Amino acid sequence: MSAVNDVSFEIHAGETLGIVGESGSGKSVTALSIMRLVQPPGRIAGGRLMFKGRDLLTLDDRDMQRVRGAGISLIFQEPATALNPVFRVGDQIAETLLVHRRATRREARTRAIELLRAVRITDPDARVRDYPHQLSGGMRQRVLIAMALACQPSLVIADEPTTALDVTIQAQILDLLREMKSALNLSLLLITHDLGVIAETADRVAVMYAGRIVETGPVREIFRRPGHPYTRALLASMPGGQPGQRLRAIVGSVPLLDDLPPGCAFNPRCPDRFDPCTTAPPPDYAAGPAQTAKCYLHDPASRAAPRTTHSAPGTS
Amino acid sequence: MSALLEVSHLVKHFTRDAGLFRAGTRVTAVDDVSFAIDEGETFGLVGESGSGKTTTGRCLLRLIEPSSGEVRFRGENVIDFPKRRLRDARRDMQIVFQDPYSSLNPRMRARAIVEEPLVIHKLGARAERDARVAELFRLVGLNPAHLDRYPHQFSGGQRQRIGLARALALNPSFVILDEPVSALDVSVQAQVVNLLMDLQEQLRLTYLFIAHDLRLVEHVCSRVAVMFLGKIVEMGPTASLFAAPQHPYTKALLSAIPVPDPDAPRRRILLDPASVNRNAALREVAAGHFAAI
Repeated sequence: MSAVNDVSFEIHAGETLGIVGESGSGKSVTALSIMRLVQPPGRIAGGRLMFKGRDLLTLDDRDMQRVRGAGISLIFQEPATALNPVFRVGDQIAETLLVHRRATRREARTRAIELLRAVRITDPDARVRDYPHQLSGGMRQRVLIAMALACQPSLVIADEPTTALDVTIQAQILDLLREMKSALNLSLLLITHDLGVIAETADRVAVMYAGRIVETGPVREIFRRPGHPYTRALLASMPGGQPGQRLRAIVGSVPLLDDLPPGCAFNPRCPDRFDPCTTAPPPDYAAGPAQTAKCYLHDPASRAAPRTTHSAPGTS
Repeated sequence: MSALLEVSHLVKHFTRDAGLFRAGTRVTAVDDVSFAIDEGETFGLVGESGSGKTTTGRCLLRLIEPSSGEVRFRGENVIDFPKRRLRDARRDMQIVFQDPYSSLNPRMRARAIVEEPLVIHKLGARAERDARVAELFRLVGLNPAHLDRYPHQFSGGQRQRIGLARALALNPSFVILDEPVSALDVSVQAQVVNLLMDLQEQLRLTYLFIAHDLRLVEHVCSRVAVMFLGKIVEMGPTASLFAAPQHPYTKALLSAIPVPDPDAPRRRILLDPASVNRNAALREVAAGHFAAI
C-alpha cells in the first residue's frame, strides 16, 4: 500500500511551501520521508530527495544524521509529547548543539538562552531550567521552534505546528514562524489541514489527496482560481457566505489508501467527473502560469470535453 | 419566542486535594455564568481550552454537578431534581460529544448504541424499537443495512451521525453539541453541519453549540457567548458581536482567526491582560449585546 505516491515538489531558499491535506492524505508521511524517519515496515520505495544538490536517499546514516537538525529540522505537531518530560528544556535545546555543533556545555547553555529569547520567551534565563510540564502549550511550541532553529538549518519542516493550540496562541506562533523565516532566510515546509493557516503563511501551496499532490501553485492562484475540483470543493465547503445557509459540502468521504477507486482518487466525489477520470490516475497538467493540477479537465487533448461549471458539488 | 433554558449564576469549583508536596487548591472552572436560550435557536458558546465552556455544557445536564446556581429548563430548576426526575428530564436534553472515536463503545454494534437510550427508558417493545432505530439511522443519513456494523467500520463522519442518532432517540427538544465537527476531516465537516441544520428545522430542535471554530459559529449560531477564564465576557446576536466586538478578549480572539483568503487584511489584536477588568459586570452595549467592560 502506498501512503504517498509519486509526490514531487520543490522548495526554494527563503520560501514557505504549504502542504494542505486531510487525514490520511500523506502529508505527514511526506515530511517524515524527507527526514528519512519513516518507521519500518514503512519505507521509501523510490524517488529522489535533492537537498542543496545532494540526494538524501543516497546518504549513509552518519551523513543523514548530520543533515537532520543542522540542515533540515522538524517541528512536531504535539508540543506535549515532542519534548522529553524528564529533562529541562534548556538541556534539550543544548543537546542538539552538543550533537551537531560539538559545542561546550557552557556555550550550549548560553546559546539555549539566546534561542529562548529569540522565540520571545520572557525571562529566558529562568525558563531554561524549567521542565516541559511547567510551560504552557504555546510556550512548549516556542521551545520546539527554538530547538529546530538551534543549528541554523536552512529548511524547517513544521508538521501541524499549531493544531493543538488555541487560536490566539496559534496566531502568535504563526507570526513567530514568519518572523524567524525572514530573519534567518529559512525555507519553511508547513504542513496543515487548515486552509486559513495556509492562506496566512504560505507562498506556494501543494494540495494533497489520497497520497498524491493533486495541485500546486502560488497561494493566491490556489485560492482565487483553484485548478483541481478537490481544491475548489474544499474552499467552497468552508463556512462563510450567508449565515444559516447550508454549506456546500463535498459528498462522500476520504477513500482508504488500501481501497482507492480506479483512476483519479477523487472521482467518486467529483462534480466534474467525465469519462477519462475512472481509467487512469491523471498526470500533472498546467492549470495556470505557475500552477499544476492532476485533473483531466486541464488536458489540452480533452478540450472538447464539457468543462463543467465551477458551481457547488452535490450536497449530502 | 420564549426561553427554553435559563442558566443563572452557575458556578463550578474543582478542588485539587492536598498532595505530599502541595496544599489543596480550588479552581473555579465556571464562575457565575448566566444566559438564556430561546426555543428553536442555536446558541453558541465559544472560548479557548480551559475557558469553562465544556464544563458549563456538562453542568446543564448535571453530567458534572455544579457547585451552585440554577438551570431552569421549561421553567423548572433541573438542579433541584431528584435522581429519577433528572433521568426523565434528560430524555428532553441530550448531548453529542466531540470525538466520535471515543464516544461510541467499540464493542457494541451501531444498532445497540442507538437503541440503548430506548432500552434504558423502557420505551417500546422489541419490534417497535427496531423500527425506531432504523428510522433514526435514515434520519441522520445512514443506511439501515449497516446497523449491525461496529463503530470502527464507519468513517469519522458516519460515527458522528451515529452519536447524533443516539442523542435523538428519545425525541429531545434540546441538544448540546460539544465540538460536534472538530474531530472530522474538513471535507466532511460541512456534511455534518448541514445535517445538524436540517434536523433542527425538521425536529424543531434547540441547540447549545460549543465550539472553538469561530468561523463555523458565525455561520450557524443566532447568538453567541464568549467565555474567558470561566466567565462570560461578551454575549449577543452573532452578527453584532462579530461586527463590533467590545471586550478586549473577544477582539483578540476574533482577530486571531486565520482567514482562508491570502488577500484578506490582517490586523492582529493582542490581548493586554491589563485591559481586562475581571470584576466588570456584563452591561448592554447594543440591542441584546452585552459585554463585561
